Amino acid sequence: MYNFEFVKPLSVADAVSALSDDGAQALGGGQTLIPTMKQRLASPDILVSLANIVEMRGVKHFSGNVTIGGATTHEAVAAADAFAGLTTLAGNIGDPAVRNRGTIGGSLANNDPAACYPAAALATGATITTNSRDIAADDYFQGMFTTALEEGEIITSVTMPIPEASNYQKFDQPASRFALVGVFVAKYAEGVRVAVTGASEDGVFRWSEAEVALSANFSADAIANLSLDASGMIKDLHGSKEYRANLVKVLTGRAVGLAS
Amino acid sequence: MPKDSGIGASSKRREDVRFLTGAGQYTDDINIHGQAYVHFLRSSIAHGRLNGVDTSTAETMPGVVRIFTGSDFEGVGGLPCGWQVTDRHGEPMQEPAHPVLAQGKVRHVGDPIAAIIADSPSQAIDAAEAIVVDLEELPAVVDMKEAVKNGATKVHDDLTSNLCYDWGFVEENKDAVGEAFEQAAHVTTLELVNQRLVANPMEPRVAIGNYNRANDESTLYTTSQNPHVIRLLMGAFVLGIPEHKLRVVAPDVGGGFGTKIFHYAEEAFCTFAARQINRAVKWTCSRSEAFMSDAHGRDHVTKIELALDADNNFTAIRTDTLANMGAYLSTFAPSVPTWLHGTLMAGNYKTPLIYVNVKAVFTNTVAVDAYRGAGRPEATFQLERLIDKTARELGVDPIALRRQNFITKFPYATPVAVEYDTGDYVATMDKLEQIADLSGFEARRKKSEADGQLRGLGINCYIEACGIAPSALVGQLGARAGLYDAATVRVNATGTISVMVGAHSHGQGHETSFPQVVAEMLGIDEGMIDIVHGDSSKIPFGMGTYGSRSIAVCGSAMVRATEKIITKAKKIASHLLEASEADIELKDGQFNVIGTDKSCAWGDVTLAAYVPHNYPLEEIEPGLEETAFYDPSNFTYPAGAYACEVEVDPATGKVTIERFSAADDFGNVINPMIVSGQVHGGIGQGIGQALLEHGIYDENGQLLSGSYMDYAMPRASDVPFFEVDHSCQTPCTHNPLGVKGCGEAGAIGTPPAVVNAVIDALHSGGHTHVTHIDMPVSPSRVWSAING
Repeated sequence: MYNFEFVKPLSVADAVSALSDDGAQALGGGQTLIPTMKQRLASPDILVSLANIVEMRGVKHFSGNVTIGGATTHEAVAAADAFAGLTTLAGNIGDPAVRNRGTIGGSLANNDPAACYPAAALATGATITTNSRDIAADDYFQGMFTTALEEGEIITSVTMPIPEASNYQKFDQPASRFALVGVFVAKYAEGVRVAVTGASEDGVFRWSEAEVALSANFSADAIANLSLDASGMIKDLHGSKEYRANLVKVLTGRAVGLAS
Repeated sequence: MPKDSGIGASSKRREDVRFLTGAGQYTDDINIHGQAYVHFLRSSIAHGRLNGVDTSTAETMPGVVRIFTGSDFEGVGGLPCGWQVTDRHGEPMQEPAHPVLAQGKVRHVGDPIAAIIADSPSQAIDAAEAIVVDLEELPAVVDMKEAVKNGATKVHDDLTSNLCYDWGFVEENKDAVGEAFEQAAHVTTLELVNQRLVANPMEPRVAIGNYNRANDESTLYTTSQNPHVIRLLMGAFVLGIPEHKLRVVAPDVGGGFGTKIFHYAEEAFCTFAARQINRAVKWTCSRSEAFMSDAHGRDHVTKIELALDADNNFTAIRTDTLANMGAYLSTFAPSVPTWLHGTLMAGNYKTPLIYVNVKAVFTNTVAVDAYRGAGRPEATFQLERLIDKTARELGVDPIALRRQNFITKFPYATPVAVEYDTGDYVATMDKLEQIADLSGFEARRKKSEADGQLRGLGINCYIEACGIAPSALVGQLGARAGLYDAATVRVNATGTISVMVGAHSHGQGHETSFPQVVAEMLGIDEGMIDIVHGDSSKIPFGMGTYGSRSIAVCGSAMVRATEKIITKAKKIASHLLEASEADIELKDGQFNVIGTDKSCAWGDVTLAAYVPHNYPLEEIEPGLEETAFYDPSNFTYPAGAYACEVEVDPATGKVTIERFSAADDFGNVINPMIVSGQVHGGIGQGIGQALLEHGIYDENGQLLSGSYMDYAMPRASDVPFFEVDHSCQTPCTHNPLGVKGCGEAGAIGTPPAVVNAVIDALHSGGHTHVTHIDMPVSPSRVWSAING
């Protein structure tokens, strides 16, 4: 690891100010950034920790929505038990050490193609609130490790409409236990949303055909005749494109069956 | 009634108190005043011509003490290979040079190019980034089949090819085996891969070299399973330091699994450099570095065939194996696919004719050497997968086919050079059928089917050769060392005992089990006895711990030394009790004159030995300390039968191990709890190989699974509770304790049981086109096999 300055602002405003410096980098829970720095693959001059900003922590319910502060840890989200799919998702990220350090804002800002939270945000049609604006999840995710965030912009909170029923099915990559494929199904009065992580070369995506079928008939049978095009899927040591396409369908069916 | 001390007691592991409370003393816990730190600049490419290393800028950087490159080692020896194999044509294997730092070429990702010594680790890394390496990239040789083709790029320019040796065993049997196949009623053939594994001990390697100018003495602290072997190899063959000026210490070591047997470049470097700069030099391996510098394991590609007569008796076995050596010959690499593999190819069966061919191949990959089981898992996997396939082709019960062909008369001379002294394979199979509740399997399968899961049962039998090894025999086979061991029993004046043992304990629980043996022999409390190990200055000699040899070989030396102690103590007691030596018995820590009520205590005798006021000085020396060296007359042959039950989710291909049972025959058992623990660990590692682990290179020689992001280690949730039993005991006939060794059994016996179970599950689901899946049997591989 190279040397760097470390600052711990206490407010969003101070953090934004600190991040205006060239070479400054925001630090959430550090579950991706710190290992990258230890390998000398990242070398920020100034690390701006968001961990001490009280206004960015906590889980609040308000008229059918849940709002999660950007610096809220996975463990705190799991403990808040906002709705079934989200609780399962947060409680199965990494291991206890990861869950007690990693944050929802950090995960969404990084947008790792195999991370879990992007699936929840996209499937619930979440609103991602930053220090300067609100961004709809459908506009926020723009491909692997790419988001709508501008340089120096901080995710202060994420607001998810609470679904009538939801479930998250994660199939572990055997080594890292990231999602080899993860499927989040969320059922609302206005329709069903299905978001898939881990599978696509373009990062998290909505499986529109399944959403249409499930909105008409919320049962695994509704997607029995659908098939997912494997051509845009990820291929690596742990699974082929076809295998991932299969997992998306299998996990979607299971998520529907288990949604609560 | 279970014993509460001595042989057969499940004494609690006394070493665990320090391990579990953070009080262990590992090599990295050792810091020497004024030490400097070394960082190795390693090759990032698999194969390249090294035209130059410019260290001029780096040398001026803050904290840099000195930078070494390959040219600094031109007058120094290379890393030696401890075993020579003679090929089918009587020629010695091709043995390339293995410099401490790369000279002329780099041959694998991780090959060390330069060593930067600085005042702090980060200064050394900073300086490494300023070194300019002139490397001309060459095509990498990764695939073994490509490597042995004519015209293939050579890993070592001065060798005739990438073929290390072409070994035939037993060469004289080759034609007879061929005839047996021609006459066979049935032949089953299987091609399989025993994949490359990375050992991944919890503690990465560490080396600290220290030099004392006052007495010209060098000390190496290192994470080793065998400090004396390192002293011998490094002192005599690499650095030219005589043994009396070289001390090697291996303190607490956090797991070895074979990969800490070998003599590594980093050990030689730290010892060498400490003399050069007159300052201690410390190296602590990172996990990333371990993936590219620790010797890997396995990596065989095999075609195996079994011939049977019309009555399903095995008549012949023939194998063709390509064994990866990696870029250099690690210390014992040549022995693994040959003498630790070919000699086990008979398994538990009376197959009269066997021919094993092994071609060892150099590639641009990390060196491959012994890893828990070393050659024996490869032999067992081939044979037991093949027998399972045979049973399926013949439509016979796989257990019945095995039972029909079991060896039942002992001693049994195999057609592959070794003689099994004892065993009872029927007994362990009977025990297995009981503890695995095989009669209830069909009901469990129906229940799984009702849940949409495919349930399979896999059986495996194994035999291994442990207690390594009779020196005379291994000398004939090419070993360049004897494989005896040594122990000194030092009885102190007040009766407590230190036993200096050549075996090293790094997870095996020797500090508990070895004293149990001495306590049993003397009838004294275990707590009065400690063992001392891991320091060449404290123990007489030792060949270390590997090949499930510690209790069978070093334990035997300890027994012999303790017998000498008893003989001398009885002489002293006879003097004190004024009785004839022949009338003295040692019982429960007391010397009695048989047939009288005269006795004296253990402590009376030990005190007399050191305070010899009333002592037969004219007959015997004072003191009570004895040393014994023990060289076994044969290997030991632990054996057993394993059963694995899996559920396969046909939609995802995920395999879950629902039940695992192991019936082992280890001969006599010193501490049943420790033995169960060793079996548990071995099964865990075996499940890791069967389902998860894979050291995999791309075509350019980059290790794709070079971190825990992609190299899947087994975790607690990957394994079920195990049913283990070692009540079937046929004691070894040729060592004094009747013990056989238990350290590797689980890793040997498990992988075929798991894969056999997966294939069985798929067949039960109608996927009968699947006859084999290579390990690791990952979800994607299972799904692809089903849908292939």
